[in-house]
Amino acid sequence: MASIWRYANPRKFMETSGWLLPGVSILAALCIATGVIWGFFFTGEDYRQGSTVKIVFLHVPAALMAINAWLMMLVASLIWLIRRHHVSALAAKAAAPVGVTMTLIALITGAVWGQPMWGTWWAWDPRLTSFLILFLFYLGYIALWQAIEDPDTAADLTSVLCLVGSVFALLSRYAVNFWNQGLHQGASLSVVDEGAPMDIAYRLPLYFAMAGFALLFIALLLAGTRTEIRARRMQALLTRERMG
Amino acid sequence: MTALLIRDLRLAMRAGGGFGLGLAFYLILAVLVPLGVGPEGDTLALIAPGILWVGALLSCLLSLDRLFALDYEDGSLDLLATAPIPLEGVVTMKALAHWITTGLPLTLVAPVLGVLLNLPAAGFGWLVASLLLGTPALSVIGTFGAALTLGLRRGGLLLSLLVLPLYVPTLVFGAQAVVRGAAGLGTATPLLLLAGITAGAAALLPFASAAAIRINLR
Amino acid sequence: MMPELGPYAAEVGLAYAATGALLAGLIAYVLIRARRVRRALDELESRRGK
Repeated sequence: MASIWRYANPRKFMETSGWLLPGVSILAALCIATGVIWGFFFTGEDYRQGSTVKIVFLHVPAALMAINAWLMMLVASLIWLIRRHHVSALAAKAAAPVGVTMTLIALITGAVWGQPMWGTWWAWDPRLTSFLILFLFYLGYIALWQAIEDPDTAADLTSVLCLVGSVFALLSRYAVNFWNQGLHQGASLSVVDEGAPMDIAYRLPLYFAMAGFALLFIALLLAGTRTEIRARRMQALLTRERMG
Repeated sequence: MTALLIRDLRLAMRAGGGFGLGLAFYLILAVLVPLGVGPEGDTLALIAPGILWVGALLSCLLSLDRLFALDYEDGSLDLLATAPIPLEGVVTMKALAHWITTGLPLTLVAPVLGVLLNLPAAGFGWLVASLLLGTPALSVIGTFGAALTLGLRRGGLLLSLLVLPLYVPTLVFGAQAVVRGAAGLGTATPLLLLAGITAGAAALLPFASAAAIRINLR
Repeated sequence: MMPELGPYAAEVGLAYAATGALLAGLIAYVLIRARRVRRALDELESRRGK
């Protein structure tokens, strides 16, 4: 049965996160507001993309966080498997819904941007395809968490899945690159030169939006982990009650 | 280990073991696709490699949820886990048995279905080669998925959600090898990458599968 | 105040609206779940405390 020291670390986490959470949330709101308002109202139109260039202030930060959330889950899973640190497993669990939403935002804003620019909502471009695959990995991960009742078993199995999934997600990224360059390359799709330097007028608000999304992720992660810790404690208490 | 393999093969061959079901499913898929797409030979020739590979993935998936289920229910998995042979070896044997009863037959019938789907003549050799190289990876990855969903009552659906994304690299390289072979292009790169995935998966994934089984048996 | 969005106004608006809706949904989900779990735990602890 759970001894009290088992909650010592979560307690420390609750203390620290409770103190951090309001600040991080406010900072996240400020950064997102700055970046998005600046981007939306005070940037000019791109000579090629017109006003659709404004979508970049949502698309890029969301895509960034979609990948970083998975990386964070990978690190948290490793820590859980090696150090058996409960907070770590619960943080990975809390990150998944945020990550899946970010992936969805990146996909949707990308599709909305692609419609006028590429003339199609969806193209099987390597980047788009890898994001769709990442989305599927998130779904599998979340589904596995929800399917298993025992919390420690669920944490163990999802961590193993996260490790194996990371390797295969990376492999898929390269596979998809190979697959598209191989035969289906449509020259019309490479309108956007990702490597081209972006004008400073666009870059500054973009940095704000990126920082804002990152802070938002941290805030939601802290809040979510707090919730999971409470839920876990509740489960432990209920089990103890049932056992008398 | 060999005894274990023979036992698993015998179990799979027995009625109700699901042997043949995967093959029948593969055949039905190859019949349904032309019915849905239309009988034009050119179109079918274009999509044949992809259909045959996707069909192989799905057929492999069918028998996965039974991989450990019987042994888990009657407790023989607990015995195997405490047996002197390492669980990693048991898992590998299970995957091998799954491949012999699923992947290998699929590879053998694939050329016949290739005829039905109007696969270009140059593609047949590459189809068999790529399936021969790729299907072991499907069995090994599938074993991992089955190990993860071992204790779940309705694991079958979840199993497919977990396993199918893991099949992406194998599918891409396998189907690309056939596509290129059929078009008369070089196939060395996709075949090598496919073999690499199979070798890597066979070498590393049994450890993950065994770990998942140990967690589930805890 | 509204900037001139040109021919792509619908797309830009749609992107911002969709992102806003998704983020709002995510934040609402986190907050609602947090509140529900906290209430349940408080209730449980006060019951055990008695």
